[in-house]
Amino acid sequence: MNLSTGNLIMGLNTLQLMFYFAAALAIVASLKVITGKNTVHALLYLVVSLLAVAVCFYLMGAPFAAGLEVIVYAGAILVLFVFAIMMFGLGQDETLNAPLSHSFKLSNINLWFGPSLIAILLLSELIFAIDSSLVQEKLTSNIIDAKQVGILLYGPYLLAVEIASFLLLAGLIAGYHFAKSEGISIGQEGLDKQKETGGHS
Amino acid sequence: MSEIPLSHVLILASILFTIGFVGIIARKNTLFILMSLEVMLNAVGVAFIGAGSAWQQADGQVMFVLVLTLAAAEVAVGLALLIQMQRRFKSLDIDLLSKLKG
Repeated sequence: MNLSTGNLIMGLNTLQLMFYFAAALAIVASLKVITGKNTVHALLYLVVSLLAVAVCFYLMGAPFAAGLEVIVYAGAILVLFVFAIMMFGLGQDETLNAPLSHSFKLSNINLWFGPSLIAILLLSELIFAIDSSLVQEKLTSNIIDAKQVGILLYGPYLLAVEIASFLLLAGLIAGYHFAKSEGISIGQEGLDKQKETGGHS
Repeated sequence: MSEIPLSHVLILASILFTIGFVGIIARKNTLFILMSLEVMLNAVGVAFIGAGSAWQQADGQVMFVLVLTLAAAEVAVGLALLIQMQRRFKSLDIDLLSKLKG
């Protein structure tokens, strides 16, 4: 809707139109994340939402941040979510996140349809941005490259980088401690009692 | 000065932040709450990048990198707690965590 009305108005800037389109896709994907019933569907929409935001970053003249968004957010953090969902065992959740049919056929194509549609739209927009010389000209005029960011990171922000490294170390240790197999903090009988009261599903 | 006005970037960031906030408030599944937290942190990143590109300073991207590390650490701890919760309660309902008090 945003695009169809936008294409008619050629007075607007091409870069702005592309930004609004990617922003609309990000908002739609985020809404699908929080309203979804199925965990895996919501995760796919979250990936697409992050990719849309990465396109927004690219159009705002921050290609380094866009790359980080794709690599770290969509690549690493979301894979962590996928691993967690795998460990929960699909179907034990109260929201019934398992796909209905266990056959990986075209029958569950509606699982892939929404996220892949948004991803294809984003890809076409990115291809257009790379291909169009007009957009490239506008983009390269106000770019902030990785070199400036790196100089700032290891100059005035060195203390923040150190603190971030401590934060990551703390996250690593806490993650290892919490996800350890059986609870050490409470005794075995307390754990058994909690298992009994925890409900049989 | 960037082509995209800063106010529109901030509008996008606040819309995304509100979506994530509504997700945190409305959902009962803890996994969805963590995903909504990701959306909110992402919105913060959008605001930082937008401000950085509006003033042509690299500070915005530096703050985005720091937000990224924060999100990574938060998600690691949160998912580990989630695994422990699934192991003990056999469910991801956030209301079960009210038993934690005392």
